[in-house]
Amino acid sequence: MTFALDVGSALLWGLFATGVLTLLMATGQGMGWSRMSFPFMIGSMITSHRGRAMALGFALHLGFGVVFALLYVLVFESWQWSVWWLGGLLGVFHGLFILIVVMPMLPDLHPRMASKHHGPTPTRQLEPPGFMALNYGRNTPALTLAAHVAYGILLGAFY
Amino acid sequence: MPDADDRYAPIEDYAVIGDCASAALVGKNGSIDWLCWPRFDSPSVFAALLDAEKGGCFQIRPVDDFTVERRYLPDTNVLETTFTTDTGVLRLTDVMPVAERAAYRRELWPTHEILRKIECVEGSVEMNVVCDPRLEYGQIDPPLEDRGPHGFFYNHKGAVLIVRSELPLTQSRGRGALYGQQTLHEGERHFLSLTFDEGEPAVLPLLGDHAERKLARSIDYWRDWAGRCAYEGPYRDAVVRSALTLKLMTFAPSGAIVAAPTTSLPEAIGGERNWDYRYCWLRDAALTLRALYELGYEAEGRAFFSWLLHATRLTAPRLSVLYDVHGNSNVEERTLPHLEGYRQSPPVRVGNGAHGQLQLDTYGELISAAYEFVRREERLDSWHARLLKSLGDEVCERWREPDEGIWEVRSGRHHHTFSKAMCCVALERLVALHEAGYLRVNTDRYRDEAETIRAAVEEQGYNEEMESYVATFDGDRVDASLLLLPFYGYTEATAPRMKSTFVRHHEELAQDGLLYRYPPGTDDGLSSEEGAFGICSFWDEEMFARLGRLEEAQENLDRTLAYANDLGLFAEEIDPETGAFLGNFPQAFTHVGLINAVLTLQKARDGTLATLDEPVEHVRS
Repeated sequence: MTFALDVGSALLWGLFATGVLTLLMATGQGMGWSRMSFPFMIGSMITSHRGRAMALGFALHLGFGVVFALLYVLVFESWQWSVWWLGGLLGVFHGLFILIVVMPMLPDLHPRMASKHHGPTPTRQLEPPGFMALNYGRNTPALTLAAHVAYGILLGAFY
Repeated sequence: MPDADDRYAPIEDYAVIGDCASAALVGKNGSIDWLCWPRFDSPSVFAALLDAEKGGCFQIRPVDDFTVERRYLPDTNVLETTFTTDTGVLRLTDVMPVAERAAYRRELWPTHEILRKIECVEGSVEMNVVCDPRLEYGQIDPPLEDRGPHGFFYNHKGAVLIVRSELPLTQSRGRGALYGQQTLHEGERHFLSLTFDEGEPAVLPLLGDHAERKLARSIDYWRDWAGRCAYEGPYRDAVVRSALTLKLMTFAPSGAIVAAPTTSLPEAIGGERNWDYRYCWLRDAALTLRALYELGYEAEGRAFFSWLLHATRLTAPRLSVLYDVHGNSNVEERTLPHLEGYRQSPPVRVGNGAHGQLQLDTYGELISAAYEFVRREERLDSWHARLLKSLGDEVCERWREPDEGIWEVRSGRHHHTFSKAMCCVALERLVALHEAGYLRVNTDRYRDEAETIRAAVEEQGYNEEMESYVATFDGDRVDASLLLLPFYGYTEATAPRMKSTFVRHHEELAQDGLLYRYPPGTDDGLSSEEGAFGICSFWDEEMFARLGRLEEAQENLDRTLAYANDLGLFAEEIDPETGAFLGNFPQAFTHVGLINAVLTLQKARDGTLATLDEPVEHVRS
C-alpha cells in the first residue's frame, strides 16, 4: 500500500486543529469546568518550574498535535476518504483513548505525579487525573472528548 | 442563638498571616476566621469573622479551658500561639509558606497554602480540629471527596481545596466539614495543610519533615527581608512589624498594596460604617512610597510605583479613588444580606462604592508619589512623563469643582481645603519636575493655576477667627488631613498659619494619645459614631516632630503605640474609651503612618529632617 500524503496540508491543519483543541480546553479551564491542562501536565514532566512547564508544555503539546495529525491523515489516506464526520469519529476514539487508557496510567509515566496508591513524595506531588480524568472535575471527560472531536472534525473537513 | 458577642472575638484578638497575594486572620482561639483565595479580594473560603454560623472556619484548639500567649517568631510573619491547659501546653504554628523565587523553580508548590503545625511541648493535651470551608462568602458548602493518602478534596468551579493531615480527620455526616479529636503527649508533633489550586492539576502538599523545611524556609524568607530594614532606632520592633505587615499585604504579582485584607469590619459596632478595604487607595501612594524608600525597600518601592502608574494609566486623565490589585477601577459595591456581619453589624459589603467618587486630592498624592520616586531613582520614563502631564492638565481643568474629599464622605460634594491644596501641590511638583528636566509641561499655565489655587486656599480655606485651616472653604470645622500639608510641601510646619492650625486641631481632635479625623458628630452622611483614626494619631506626632517638640512627639508616639494589640498590629480605628479596635484589620495606612512618624522623629532628633523634603536633582545628561 502506498500513500500520497499531503504533508504540508496535514501540518497546517494539524497545527490549526491543535490550536482549536487547546482553545477549547483553556476555555473550559477558564470557565471553571475542568482543571485538565495538557500543557502543564506535559511540561511538568520536564521541569518543576510552573512558568517554564507551561511554556515548554505548550510547545510540546502543539508538536504532539501536529504528529497526531499525521496519524489522522494516514487513516484518511488508507481509506482514501477524508470527511468531517470521519475525522470526528477518529476524534472520539482519540479522546476516549486518552481519557480511559492514558490518564489512569499517567502516574506511572509522569515523573512528578503522585501514585494513586500512595501519598505524595518530595519528587511526586502532582495530583493524578484518575479514571477519565474525573479528579480534575466532573466535566473533564465531556470537555476533553468535545475538544478532540473538534480536532478530528477540522482535520477531516480541511485535509 | 448564643449572645452575639460571645461568638465573635474582639478585632484586636486576631493576627494576620499571608503570602504576599492573600491573607488569613487567626484568632487567639486558634481559629482561622477569615481567608480569601486566590487573592486578597477573592470571595472567602472562611468568613466566620462576618458570620459565626455561616462563614466557615478552620480551628485547632484544646478541648479544655486554656490560657493563651502568642507572638510572631522574631522578624517574621510566622504566628506562634501557645495554649496552656491544666494538663499541658500545646503550641500551634501558623504560616502561609513563602520562599525566595529560586525555590519555586526547584520544586512544585501549591498555588496557596496554609501550613499548621501543632505540637505538645509539655504534659498532654486533648485537642480538636474543625475544618469547615464555606466558599463564596459562606454561600457554598462545597462537596467533599476523601482520596485517602492524597487528602480531602473540595472541588468547586475549577478550583480545588485540599486538606492533608497527620491527625486522623473524619467527615461530618451530610456536610463538607472535617473533624478530629486527639490527645497529644509531650514531644508529639503533627502538621495539617490546606492548599488551593485553580485551573490546573493540584500540587499535593507534603507533611512531616518536608513541611518542617518549608516552615524553616518561610522563617528564613521573612527574616532575610526584615533584616534589610534600614531603621535601627528605639522603635525598631514596631517599625519592623509594620514593614512586615505592609509586605504581607503587598500583592507581589503587581506590586499593589491593599489597604487591609478584610471587608466590613465595622467602624462602629451596630452601625453602617462597613467597607471593603481589599483594594488599593491612591491617597496612600506618596506616604507609602516614602515609608518603603526610607526603610531601604527600593524594590518594593519601584514595584509599587510601577503598579500606581500602570493602574492609573487605564483611567487617566481621570483618577479613580481606588483600584484592585491588577489596576481595575470598576469595583462595584454590593451587599451580602445572607451574612449577619461582625457582631451583627450589617451590612457586609464587597466592592467599594467610593470608586465612583471624585477626590481631587488624589492628583496631588499621585504626583507627589512620582516626585518621591524621581527624587530616589533620578529617572522617569517618557510614558510616565506623558501620563503625569495629562494629570496636570486635568487638575487645571477641574480644581474648581467640589469633591467628596479624602475621607470619602457620603454627604455629597464640597470644596474641601485639603483637596484644593493638593491640586496646588500637584502643579507645583510638576513644575519642579519640568525644571529638573524630567518632563515638559506648560509651566506658565501651571504656575498661574497653582498661584490661583493657593490664593483661594489661603483666603477661603483658612478661618481667621479659628486661626486654623478648615475642612471646607468658608467653613469652621477642623480636619486631620490638614496636618499633612507640610508632608506634601504645601507649607512649612513652622509657618505661622500651620502652627496655629496644629494647635487648634490638637485641641479639638486629640484624646488620650489618639486623634479623630474630624470632630465626632460631624455630618459625613452616615448616622453612627466612629472611633479615633489610627493614622491621624501618627500625623499628630509627626507634626510635633516637625515643630521640634520632640519630647511631646515621643510621649504621644509611645501612647499611640500602646494601643497596638499584643502582636504590634493596628486596625483602622481605635475606641479611645476602651482601646478596642474598630474597622478593617490590619490597616496598611495606619502602619505607614507609624513608620513615617518614627522616621520623622528620628530625623528631627538627628537634625536631618530637611532630607525628607529635599528637591529632585536635575536630570543627568
